Amino acid sequence: MDVLIKYSDQFVSGFWVTFQLCLLSAIGALVVGTAVAVLRISPVPPLRAVGTAYVTVFRNMPLTIVMFFCAFALPTIGVNGNFLKIPLLDQLFRRLGTDLPFFRLAVIALTLYTAAFVCEALRAGINAVPAGQAEAARSLGLTFTQNLRHVVLPQAWKAAIVPLGSVIIAMIKNSALAGFFGVVGDLSSVADRLTGAGGEPIIPVFIGISIGYLIMTIPLGLLLDRIEKRRAVAR
Amino acid sequence: MTDTPLVQITAVNKWYGPLHVLQDINLEITKGEVVVVIGPSGSGKSTLCRVINRLEPITSGSIRFDGRELPAEGKALARLRSEVGMVFQSFNLFAHKTILENVTLGPVKVLKDSPSKAKEAGMALLSRVGIANQADKYPAQLSGGQQQRAAIARALAMRPKAMLFDEPTSALDPEMVSEVLDVMTSLAREGMTMVVVTHEMGFARQAANRVVFMADGQVVEEAGPEEFFARPKSARAQDFLSKILH
Ligand SMILES: Nc1ncnc2c1ncn2[C@@H]1O[C@H](COP(=O)(O)OP(=O)(O)OP(=O)(O)O)[C@@H](O)[C@H]1O
Ligand SMILES: [Mg+2]
Repeated sequence: MDVLIKYSDQFVSGFWVTFQLCLLSAIGALVVGTAVAVLRISPVPPLRAVGTAYVTVFRNMPLTIVMFFCAFALPTIGVNGNFLKIPLLDQLFRRLGTDLPFFRLAVIALTLYTAAFVCEALRAGINAVPAGQAEAARSLGLTFTQNLRHVVLPQAWKAAIVPLGSVIIAMIKNSALAGFFGVVGDLSSVADRLTGAGGEPIIPVFIGISIGYLIMTIPLGLLLDRIEKRRAVAR
Repeated sequence: MTDTPLVQITAVNKWYGPLHVLQDINLEITKGEVVVVIGPSGSGKSTLCRVINRLEPITSGSIRFDGRELPAEGKALARLRSEVGMVFQSFNLFAHKTILENVTLGPVKVLKDSPSKAKEAGMALLSRVGIANQADKYPAQLSGGQQQRAAIARALAMRPKAMLFDEPTSALDPEMVSEVLDVMTSLAREGMTMVVVTHEMGFARQAANRVVFMADGQVVEEAGPEEFFARPKSARAQDFLSKILH
């Protein structure tokens, strides 16, 4: 167990990198996923088709392939995710601004992949809003966007929050793949380095890494349980 | 007093796939008129209501409202819908908003009224339908009759030129029917143009200028209420009335 103490700084920095990766990807996935969900319920058939195609592709493709594509194929066509070098944001999340593209590309991969699941969770939430309310809003003269913004989405979010939480937990676990696609210094690559090149004993290292992930996933799971319970009482 | 009817439905057909739900409908409704639509289940009454503010598109024919052809989907259609109030069987209040917020949403977002003006007008409407003291509650906390009165206030808040009611009392417990009908009767007295799908014969007798009887997607018979209930001409109407009038 000495390894945990000896390399505590590496575990901590690995945790910090994974945390950044997850936070940015979660925000990205929620934004992209909402947009795709809006496409999927839009009254314009071609937009609906785009939304459906997106979900079909990213829900059915292994994440490893999406990661592989983003990390190694995108750079060959000149995509390095430079649009993510957002001023100020890259001060807070240093990895966004680095020369090496892999952190940004991992954010893109996780975002694209997770967005498909966010979309489906949201759509289930949207379907839980009685259709009559959307119809009443239409009959008042609200446009499609006003209807979404003021009537449908506020209620859909509420119904979708628990499934969305599960999607985010799955995403945190999925983020472990990033260490094998060029991202240096996240939790999983720390494990790889300590046990491989470092020659440290495997079991203690893996315990340390597991703690890193559980620190993120368990509180989120507990929070979801609480939301669900409070919902049940309110009902 | 007006020469062009407020609602002018000409040769309208509507198909749901192979189902011919509106068959060559012709109907004119003048300003201030109260038209009650009755007929057996599945005869197309709801569909007729829904095509008037184009919640459903028609397959052929023409519907003119206030002298203009109904526009295609888009901003212009949204504006037209705001001129036609609609009240549904299942109330359809916005569950996450208070009663007052339900009533002010349309005026603020569609008519661009200031929130304070909308609130003031909304409270006046809620008093008028007798539920001002429920303004800050959520729909689920109200009885069915109160919810339906709130839904009527919500539609009226748009200052519509006409109101459509699709079986507004069918989902209510019997003791709450009259509180909703009273509101509708007083609206009719004040000169609101109304299309009301209902089986409440008392309301039809009291408030309607005309009864339209539909069966199998067709307008089978039209007459004043006294005439219609006393001497229905078609066999379909006679049969229907004999079933519901006892
Ligand atoms: N969205 C739809 N898709 C397919 N068929 C529909 C749809 N809406 C209604 N119909 C059919 O159209 C016909 C007319 O329906 P409509 O709801 O207008 O009848 P209604 O007279 O209002 O009946 P009720 O008294 O039961 O409310 C029915 O046969 C119904 O099954
Ligand atoms: Mg109906």
